[in-house]
Amino acid sequence: MSESPKNLRDASLTKAIMAEIQRITTQPWNIMEICGGQTHAIMQYGLDQLLPPEITLIHGPGCPVCVTSLQAIEQGLQIAAQPDVVFTTFGDMLRVPGNKADLFTARSQGADVRVVYSPLDSLKIARENPGKQVVFFAIGFETTAPTIASTILSAQKTGITNFSILPANVLVPPAMHAILSNPANRVQGFLAAGHVCAVMGYHEYLPIAERYQIPIVVTGFEAVDLATGILMTVQQLEAGQHQVANAYPRFVTMEGNKVAQDMIYQVFEPVDRQWRGIGTIPLSGLGLRPEFASFDALSRFDLTQTVLRESPLCIAGKVLSGVAKPIDCPAFGRECTPALPLGAPMVSSEGACAAYYRYHRTRE
Amino acid sequence: MCLGIPGKVINTYEQDGTLMASVDFDGVQQAVCAATTPEVQAGQYVLVHAGFALNVLSDTEAEETLKILHDLQQFNANLTEEDKIS
Repeated sequence: MSESPKNLRDASLTKAIMAEIQRITTQPWNIMEICGGQTHAIMQYGLDQLLPPEITLIHGPGCPVCVTSLQAIEQGLQIAAQPDVVFTTFGDMLRVPGNKADLFTARSQGADVRVVYSPLDSLKIARENPGKQVVFFAIGFETTAPTIASTILSAQKTGITNFSILPANVLVPPAMHAILSNPANRVQGFLAAGHVCAVMGYHEYLPIAERYQIPIVVTGFEAVDLATGILMTVQQLEAGQHQVANAYPRFVTMEGNKVAQDMIYQVFEPVDRQWRGIGTIPLSGLGLRPEFASFDALSRFDLTQTVLRESPLCIAGKVLSGVAKPIDCPAFGRECTPALPLGAPMVSSEGACAAYYRYHRTRE
Repeated sequence: MCLGIPGKVINTYEQDGTLMASVDFDGVQQAVCAATTPEVQAGQYVLVHAGFALNVLSDTEAEETLKILHDLQQFNANLTEEDKIS
């Protein structure tokens, strides 16, 4: 059978699930969708407006370009500005503001910055430009990590030495720990990001659900998937349960994709990483293992330390930790718009501020 | 970025020692790296992210999901207005 996206966008099915959520909800609950792609899908389908008023969706930090540290962006800008460098990146990263400039500005000043669809495209560029250093900005969560690991293994296998990465990958479970141990935390249930779990499975979430007594439901991206994930979370909250459940079994198993996981941990190891607006979260990033250190762009270029300056108006950190909504920001839709963003969540197709702006969730 | 698009595998082949697949996305075909799904076969659906097949769709689970959802829809349709309010 097919993936049947039509069935999974079936409005009558979604309405039936929403009616069931309405029927069983007896008190207020705050549920966080971790993944920014889900935030956008929720707004696109209008699910936030169909939920009973007791259910509040809190938007999580699962927007890779939003949490990529200012330091990493400044490093990327410095590398891109060097002669004989091709700097490759996913398109979302181009307009994320650094201290003063973004990668678009760098390109307009002559840097060779190219958007790639896949990390493998960078390898092709490296093969075609043997006299240049090709550096890929390695951002993203566990979904993207195996694609980067596989690319590095291919580079090693085929002897491509003019390719390296600027490592900035991050991991979901440590961010959940950080959110749940924040004294200002309001999250009572999680929708776990379906595609991260397609790679990693969901066994890592069992100790989190147990330790923080919180239900976690693996959730997909279609309207019906999202509604089902919310329903399964509310069912547990109303029953006082805190299990890890799977509402996306057509792509997710408890174990996940072992081949992809082995590839990730063959190339990378967990390292402390700084999350923009949130701070350093222990063992929340992926750094290259010593045997792959030659693929680390930071060891190939001489970079200078810059003083990092964030916009004093932007509350991205609070939005990314679920403490504030985009419309709580006084700059939202005024000083900060997708055309002139102050912070990354207004840029990205996974950023909560961009979702609110695009789907007209205004202060009224 | 964590968006994944499901597509149908047309065939698999090797390129520079890496397993690749031609994947059909509703009529558009794209070369996708299948290094992390070595077991994939033509006719199966894969979840594609950043040019890589991250996982293979479980047909039985997909059918089961839709069946449960249709049951729920039926259950809801059978509720009286009073049931829905209480």
